Amino acid sequence: MNLLVGDIGHLSVIVAFVAAIVAAYAYFQATRGRALGDVDASWQRLGRGAFFVHGAAVLAVVGCLFDIIYHHRYEYYYAWSHSSNHLPIKYMISCFWAGQEGSFLLWIFWQVLLGVGVMVFNKRWEAPVLAVFSAVQAFLVSMIVGVVAGGLKIGSSPFMLLREFLTDLPVWKTNPNFVPKDGTGLNALLQNYWMVIHPPTLFLGFALTLVPFAFAIAALWKKELTAWVKPAIPWALVGGGVLGVGVVMGAYWAYETLNFGGYWNWDPVENAVYIPWLVLVAGLHGLVLWQRRRTGLRTAYALVITTFILVLYATFLTRSGVLGNASVHSFTDLGLSGQLLIYLGFFTVLAVGLLVWRWKDIPVSEKELTMYSPELWVFVGTTVLCLGAFQVLFTTSIPVYNAFMGFVGIKTNVALPADQVAHYSKLQLWMGVGIGVLSGLGQVMWWQRNDKETLLNALTPSVLLALLGTALAVLLVRYNGLTISPPFVALFLAGLFGVLANLGALFTLARRGITLSGGALAHLGVALMLLGVLASSGYSAIISRNVSGLLYSREFSEDINRDNVLLYRNEAAPMHGYQLTYAGQYFEVPGVPGYVNKQVLFRTDDDYKTLARADIKVGGKLYYKMGDTVTVIPENTYYRVDYTNKASGERFTLYPRAQVNEQMGGGGILASPDIKHFWDHDIYTHISGAPDTRKDKQWSEPKEHVLSVGDTIFLNDYFAVFRAIEPAKETVGLGLQKGDLALQADMVVYGEQRQYHVHPLFVVRNRLVGRVPDEVDDLGIRLSLNTIDPQKGKFTFGVSTAQKDYIILKAMQKPFINLLWSGTLLMALGFGLSLRQRNTRRNAGPEVGPVAEPRARLEPVA
Amino acid sequence: MKRTHIFVIAIIAVAAGIILSTTADASVYVLFGEARQRAAEGNATKVHVVGRLPRDAQNHPVGLQYDPMVDPNYFAFTLVDSTHVAQRVVYNNPKPQDFETSEQVVITGAMRSGVFMADNILLKCPSKYVKKDLKGTEVAAK
Repeated sequence: MNLLVGDIGHLSVIVAFVAAIVAAYAYFQATRGRALGDVDASWQRLGRGAFFVHGAAVLAVVGCLFDIIYHHRYEYYYAWSHSSNHLPIKYMISCFWAGQEGSFLLWIFWQVLLGVGVMVFNKRWEAPVLAVFSAVQAFLVSMIVGVVAGGLKIGSSPFMLLREFLTDLPVWKTNPNFVPKDGTGLNALLQNYWMVIHPPTLFLGFALTLVPFAFAIAALWKKELTAWVKPAIPWALVGGGVLGVGVVMGAYWAYETLNFGGYWNWDPVENAVYIPWLVLVAGLHGLVLWQRRRTGLRTAYALVITTFILVLYATFLTRSGVLGNASVHSFTDLGLSGQLLIYLGFFTVLAVGLLVWRWKDIPVSEKELTMYSPELWVFVGTTVLCLGAFQVLFTTSIPVYNAFMGFVGIKTNVALPADQVAHYSKLQLWMGVGIGVLSGLGQVMWWQRNDKETLLNALTPSVLLALLGTALAVLLVRYNGLTISPPFVALFLAGLFGVLANLGALFTLARRGITLSGGALAHLGVALMLLGVLASSGYSAIISRNVSGLLYSREFSEDINRDNVLLYRNEAAPMHGYQLTYAGQYFEVPGVPGYVNKQVLFRTDDDYKTLARADIKVGGKLYYKMGDTVTVIPENTYYRVDYTNKASGERFTLYPRAQVNEQMGGGGILASPDIKHFWDHDIYTHISGAPDTRKDKQWSEPKEHVLSVGDTIFLNDYFAVFRAIEPAKETVGLGLQKGDLALQADMVVYGEQRQYHVHPLFVVRNRLVGRVPDEVDDLGIRLSLNTIDPQKGKFTFGVSTAQKDYIILKAMQKPFINLLWSGTLLMALGFGLSLRQRNTRRNAGPEVGPVAEPRARLEPVA
Repeated sequence: MKRTHIFVIAIIAVAAGIILSTTADASVYVLFGEARQRAAEGNATKVHVVGRLPRDAQNHPVGLQYDPMVDPNYFAFTLVDSTHVAQRVVYNNPKPQDFETSEQVVITGAMRSGVFMADNILLKCPSKYVKKDLKGTEVAAK
């Protein structure tokens, strides 16, 4: 028992909380009643000092929590519930943010770094911006202080002891210092490398939305209504890029790890990140509009503030328990709803109040926008993004309406749409159409002087090519026996136009000698993503349809999708152009590439240790010799499925995984897919059912057969020959001693694919007889050598059979999914490039706008 | 300022369309009685039903029917709603792995020819949310 580290941790949390409040107050005093850049030096020093103390305390908290996890201190609830002795170090990192408290901590940590970043890069803005920062930090830290004051619980501490959490356990009465020997382990789904990098990326994105928000608040407060845009843009750019990449990373994790058959399920938790990201990107456009063209400042204010409020709302949605049974994500309800609501309410009222107060003073452009001004179309694009975000927000909030109506005493029974994916897809598709068109149009117009003639010249090639390409695509889709609905045609046309127009813009800019435009690149990426989503989701085809020809006449027959097939071990089955064979269960062995067949691993009492029954070789390299102890990861079973393409003869093997999961209600299995990537499509396969690997097999009552050497017999429908009786070799796990008499039978069984040598043993030690049966998992046979009659040369075998091993499998084809991932990379690259160009421009001197920048008259409307 | 007005009206129109379409798509939580009534009226819209599995004395759920050897895509079970109305439910997918242990089952779908055809099952398992017991450790033995 180590209570010290928890005490240090808890104390540090409290220090961090108090220091954040001190910093907020000191920074507030430093700039109160003064113009921007003019500060009360002593208050500012105090604020800075307090913020550094806060930062140091946060680092200490992080250190303590990690120490608890790293040293397996199961006296703490956090370590016990999220970690275990066998957890590899890399996953201890994801264990850190597996719980709510840890993820809050991660968020707090990023904001400390960003606060220091603002101090370094934006000195003039330090006091007001950090006042906002520190206030946000105080609210966030309050979520993990875990202090009970006057019967009111504030926050939930990650340093809670197990005995404080599970108070009614009888063991505390006899031994209050009881420490469990092992933890319950990290949720198997989180043991994935994406879970090591995805949450930090996402929370960095969340944290980054605070920076432009804090600038906007500071600007409204200090009445520096325009000066904030320039310093805020780089932060918003990083935020948009990081959050976008974070969202897609989450999608990729879901694609690789979960088994709902895709990368995006419109789950409320996914939406909670998607919505602020859309608005952040819209806000970024508003900021750039002001910076470059002196218009859209009010929009920029409104959207930057909305983004942050939406992040707070997302936090409330996912962590307050209000979603209840609407989400598969299982964030524990820590009873923080009230605190989260106050947090949300405080900043909403503050920000909206300030914005309303200054609204009339925010300068607007008096220039009338015409159809030929790119600003208009960028503005329309921003609106499309916001409407798309609004749509998702409105539907995702349905559980909130129920909760709210219940709160005021009216019982409602509204539920999320029965088919959420169809609901969101049909509406979001039109946002995609808008974005495809406007991303192309906006980019083309942005870089040139527009009138009827230039616009026609610039757009004609891409429009014509897009129409041509769409016609071709429609024909191709039809040719392949698929249908394409009008909305899909529209999305394809819009996406293709977006790609072509942005390529055109990049090409024109290159010809004019301007370096690669980050904006055009990012827009190109987005257009590619649209095409990728359309192809991979719109044309995701299930290839595991039941093609056995058997039809089970139950209640209904034809109109039901039967998407899963049953594969018996080693029996090939045809499936949509492929021949599939389920070829056995495999284990992952650390240090050995690929997977190792369970049949060569002899299980021992320790789940994690097995003995090698044969040499384990991969590609000629010997990893383990027969008899070696082999460490395995027992909770994961990999089911080997061999695919043969019937047309091309090409073969590949997939290993979909099933994880034994004690956490998900009494031990179900969790299936994760395995994916074969081709350049133009993915083959996605997961298990949807299998006999429970943890339960012992149900063997039939042994039947006795008396055989002589050379006899043949049918075992579980397989032809077998009793070849010989021979002295037993040193066999794994037997530990033969001198003076033992050990014999083994050699029975050859002819399976579908290969022959199996079965060696049941007969051992005599000190006149006692021992029998060691041998099994063939593949065939469901267990053989024992029961008695030997040396006079007659007869041997009695006991034969048990079991249900043949099988899996239920679902397989899908995802065409052109690589467009989505490569589009994301381009988008991220575009964001990065814009950031770099902005920095070099800043160093190069005054802002140089694009060609023919129309000068808007600047006049605040009084 | 005329163009701005048109723009604002267009935005409002789209937003109204979004709200209407969401309202039309939103489902409701009902009891089996109402689900049957809807089917009788020819209303095939999908609904949510919350229920529990009937259990025997050993706390095993009764009435589960799943035989992957015969049909891996046919799973039938009985669900009892909060007014104790029991209904046979058919789910044309493999049986969810932790089905037996779930405390509460939320199904989406509609009644068809006397059975409830579920196209989605959401399980609420007690231990998924808060771990209240020390399962997996060796406490129980001592």
